[in-house]
Amino acid sequence: MEIYRAHILVCRGTGCTASGSEPVMEAFEKEIEKHGLSKEVKVLLTGCLGLCELGPNIIIYPEGTYYCRVKPEDVPEIVEEHLVKGRIVERLLYKERAVEERMRALTDINFYKRQKRVALRNCGLINPEIIEEYIANDGYRALAKVLTEMTPQQVIDEVTRSGLRGRGGGGFPTGRKWQFAKDAPGDIKYVVCNGDEGDPGAFMDRSILEGDPHTVLEAMAIAGYAIGAKEGYIYVRAEYPLAVKRLEIAIEQARERGLLGKNILGTGFEFDIFLRLGSGAFVCGEETALLASIEGRRGEPRPRPPFPAIEGLWGKPTLINNVETYANIPPIILNGADWFASIGTERSKGTKVFAIGGKINNTGLVEIPMGTTLREVIYEIGGGIPNGKQFKAVQTGGPSGGCIPASLLDMPIEYDTLTQAGSMMGSGGMIVMDEDTCMVDIAKFFLTFTQDESCGKCPPCRIGTKRMLEILERVTNGEGREGDIELLESLAKNIKASALCGLGQTAPNPVLSTLRYFRDEYEAHIREKKCPAGACKALITYEIIADKCKGCGLCVKVCPSAAITGERRQPHAIDREKCLKCNSCFERCPFGAIAKK
Amino acid sequence: MQPAIKRDAEFEEKLKKVDEMLKKYEGQKGVLLQVLQEAQRIVGYLPIEVQKKVAEALDVTLSEVYSTVTFYSFFNLKPRGKYQIRVCLGTACYVKGADKVLGRIEQELKIKVGDTTEDLKFSLDACRCVGACGLAPVVIINDDVYGRLTPDRVPEILKNYE
Ligand SMILES: Cc1cc2nc3c(=O)[nH]c(=O)nc-3n(C[C@H](O)[C@H](O)[C@H](O)COP(=O)(O)O)c2cc1C
Ligand code: SF4
Ligand code: SF4
Ligand code: SF4
Ligand code: FES
Ligand code: FES
Repeated sequence: MEIYRAHILVCRGTGCTASGSEPVMEAFEKEIEKHGLSKEVKVLLTGCLGLCELGPNIIIYPEGTYYCRVKPEDVPEIVEEHLVKGRIVERLLYKERAVEERMRALTDINFYKRQKRVALRNCGLINPEIIEEYIANDGYRALAKVLTEMTPQQVIDEVTRSGLRGRGGGGFPTGRKWQFAKDAPGDIKYVVCNGDEGDPGAFMDRSILEGDPHTVLEAMAIAGYAIGAKEGYIYVRAEYPLAVKRLEIAIEQARERGLLGKNILGTGFEFDIFLRLGSGAFVCGEETALLASIEGRRGEPRPRPPFPAIEGLWGKPTLINNVETYANIPPIILNGADWFASIGTERSKGTKVFAIGGKINNTGLVEIPMGTTLREVIYEIGGGIPNGKQFKAVQTGGPSGGCIPASLLDMPIEYDTLTQAGSMMGSGGMIVMDEDTCMVDIAKFFLTFTQDESCGKCPPCRIGTKRMLEILERVTNGEGREGDIELLESLAKNIKASALCGLGQTAPNPVLSTLRYFRDEYEAHIREKKCPAGACKALITYEIIADKCKGCGLCVKVCPSAAITGERRQPHAIDREKCLKCNSCFERCPFGAIAKK
Repeated sequence: MQPAIKRDAEFEEKLKKVDEMLKKYEGQKGVLLQVLQEAQRIVGYLPIEVQKKVAEALDVTLSEVYSTVTFYSFFNLKPRGKYQIRVCLGTACYVKGADKVLGRIEQELKIKVGDTTEDLKFSLDACRCVGACGLAPVVIINDDVYGRLTPDRVPEILKNYE
């Protein structure tokens, strides 16, 4: 093997690729070549580091120097200064907001320091397209251990003792599920990985599949050994082409190496994995719908029981787990159940990955021990709310979850605490909202989503969510009536009690939780016909405050409908008839002269 | 207004490719979804002719094929524009004003979400989180991803595709 004195890791996750990390990588290759360093310095691609907002991100080892927002034009300077002269390029280092200090290593920054990476242990560290790198980081050692030293029952006992619960939303104890699948009668069984990742604001499964695909393959093979299955299927959403590509490469390499297929590691154990792509239906994340979709049918849920562990894919016992759940398995096998159970809290063991986004300074993926408080995540890791705005709420659990207000920020993050607060763990989306976000509008947003994605099989969900949405629409349009809140509450109760699958049963949660904590905002819309956050178009008008307007004309340039007029250096005015309420002028005016009323 | 389906040599060529693809799957069970995905990759959308071919090859009814096609939002019954614009309306993007970006695109192209311009140049869709939430709000045009967008950047971006 070649020895290099330095490695440049270029993040090629989805976020960084979108902000242009491919040309950066090419620039590095060219520049290294030009300096005759090809034998000393190696350029590698890697998966998501978590700080996608600051992409394109790169890390240079052995020092672990982290450079962000790197452009191809910066590359000659980095090579010349850092790699030739050994001097750090200060201006490209990450700047810690709180202390205005430039940090050198990724592991030094607050966003990273407080994390504990178990499921994401290899993301951003190894090249996901090269199996040797996974193997060099303990990859497939857990599978070898299981096949040579443990009985299937011992594997299941270890997983059970670890206390691992499903990371796909429901939080069902993983070991128990494995036991059901093992005990189910039948010769043919299947292992399925749920990579549908439906929560519109979560992307941890995607990052794992893209950044460390082998960990999922290894865990599925372990599960296959434990329950007695020879075949596995990974169901990935169609929106994730890069994850599909990385999985295809990984499966191919694992087969070549004899880590998938017949007679794995010479033990006689047989297991292979196949990919299936989703086609854009959120409900297919629900396990029975997902199985129908793998079978090539419409992805409609069916009543449970029978649970998939008893009657699943093609009627056979089937174990179905989420991507992140699987990613925890190899470390549990290698480090032991006690190690895993020592992380987290009494009823929620281990870590959880969250995708923090919305109105927060550091957006990205974080993996934290269960029991960390929301405040720590939002203020210490996330760096707080930008532009000096007030925190209003944090949404967890996606369309099935709810909004948690400031008064509960010190709550530890656990399955049960989140449920008690009217939200849920869900798959790990965490969207922060500030004073400009209207809670009625957010409830409407989620209900539009679930209404759109309802498969239509059962009336409470199909018709009930539609009724609720109609009410929210009239409330945000300024046509709300007395009694609408009570109507929403009673519809919600009925839908929760009578819908067939989880989608319908949880669809009212965003409305219920916002009603619970932000009832006054609903009342303002209904009684005063006002949107306190200034977000609902029908209830606001744009005006220019003459005293503040300097007549610079910038707003005129961005207005798409020529609604703003005025002489240069004179106060301007908005023609309400023409105004489309697009908010462009509001964002553009450097003097805060535009008001929303 | 929907543009009429063009039945030119190119279309015939694609139908032939669909026939070849179908041979691989003939007689197999549980492959409908995969076959439809491949067919759409070849033709760009799933007109009724293609659905009929699929039904025949897999020995299922046309209504089963049709009900599957309409169930999944990924499948298109109508031809799409040369440039497919997808505006992410995932939560992270929505909270950061994706609806305003979408509104501006609708206004510039004079079409609504789900539609295609008459010259078949642009089609406009909303989509769910594409996993680039750090860059919210995000718009994807074919394979190009635009992040941290504001409505007033829309005209300049669309110009790249004139
Ligand atoms: C409407 C709906 C959508 C779901 N979407 C997902 C999803 O995108 N990913 C996922 O892993 N689980 C999803 N689930 C949960 C699955 O049904 C199932 O519980 C999970 O995949 C089991 O894996 P786990 O025990 O490892 O969490 C969804 C459930 C419902 C009701
Ligand atoms: S609750 Fe909704 S998504 Fe679930 S089966 Fe009923 S209609 Fe379909
Ligand atoms: S909100 Fe939009 S349309 Fe109205 S005046 Fe401002 S820029 Fe013009
Ligand atoms: S941008 Fe602000 S200050 Fe300038 S003309 Fe418009 S309202 Fe007046
Ligand atoms: S994609 Fe590069 S940090 Fe997430
Ligand atoms: S919500 Fe738009 S990319 Fe995730």
